[in-house]
Amino acid sequence: MRTNELISALVQDQAMRRWRLEGVLLCGLAIGGGMTALGFLAGLGLRPDLESAVMTLRVLLKLVVSLGLLVVCAGLTLRLARPGVPVGGWRWGAPALALLLAGAVAAELLATPPASWSARMMGQNALFCLALIPALAAGPLACLLLALRQGAPIRPGLSGALAGLAAGGMGAAFYALHCIDDSPLFLVVWYGLGIGFVALLGAVLGRYWLRW
Amino acid sequence: MARASDEEDWADWMRAAIAGDGAAYRRVLEAVTPFLRGLARRGFARAGLSPAEAEDVVQEALLAIHLKRHTWDTARPIGPWLSAIARNKLVDALRRRPTAAHVPIDDLLETLPAAGGAEMEEGQELDRLLEQLGGRQRDIVRALSLEGRSAREAAQQFSMSEGAVRVALHRALKALALISGRQTA
Repeated sequence: MRTNELISALVQDQAMRRWRLEGVLLCGLAIGGGMTALGFLAGLGLRPDLESAVMTLRVLLKLVVSLGLLVVCAGLTLRLARPGVPVGGWRWGAPALALLLAGAVAAELLATPPASWSARMMGQNALFCLALIPALAAGPLACLLLALRQGAPIRPGLSGALAGLAAGGMGAAFYALHCIDDSPLFLVVWYGLGIGFVALLGAVLGRYWLRW
Repeated sequence: MARASDEEDWADWMRAAIAGDGAAYRRVLEAVTPFLRGLARRGFARAGLSPAEAEDVVQEALLAIHLKRHTWDTARPIGPWLSAIARNKLVDALRRRPTAAHVPIDDLLETLPAAGGAEMEEGQELDRLLEQLGGRQRDIVRALSLEGRSAREAAQQFSMSEGAVRVALHRALKALALISGRQTA
């Protein structure tokens, strides 16, 4: 086929998506978030002492880090879904979160006796957390990947991984409303593993599903 | 790189095309083709491949530009968007090939032909993919490309409505992009 013949065919296909990518992605996030909220309320529910707990620094940190991860990674995926658009200020999101976490871990280590560190890290419901964060993140991950298919991610694996991190952040934010293990040590290890698993899944799915 | 004034024309035409101006759409696709071709040929030469074989990359990039034109943010310059798509298709194409033969790059660069008219350049990949597509979709794409028919003429030829021809064309183009992408996965 000659190139000008291809162009003749292309110009006759007038179908074009009219939704802005931002809208599609936000819609995916909202639907995914709804799925997570439903699953959370049906299966888990809020921790009984949430009202007082949410004012403590440790619980606040869990929420801030999870929601921060959600926002930063959703922003990054949006940038990466448009070819040729620079990442811009979003690139500082991940280091900022890492810095915040490192500071929190350091503070925890300084504030608590070394003998208690291992108990704080292991918490009470580690395996529960490990299983539930990915379960809560599954809906948002599927919705985000579906939304990203409308874009043109130049690096499908990376975009999939970031979608996984955003979905993991969403799952973790909800799970944090239930979870009673509040130490930053627990957060880094078990939330980290749970979210990391979702990111890995997103990367694998993205490599195949986000090609265009 | 394309000149800034060219890019501004392309962006204007593409904006008009997105607003429904078919003539502007043809103009922008034809205008960016030599730019895509240059990028693809330089990439092939650098990888030690014959630049003459780069036309498939040009066509795959045009197909991707067409199907993903809604991902261009009309407030941004169009050049980086075009380059990113073309480079993406180039990388895919190079990855599909077995290790390149080691031809001295200087030789190849000397034989780099001047960017010829679009009407002379021919690719093979899309024809192969069309065969895989088969059936009515293949016939419709052929009629509208190789045979140079309009959607209305094709509608008469296949006793379909013009709208149905366009729907089938759109599905066929999406399917072509999908099987082309799957080869690299």
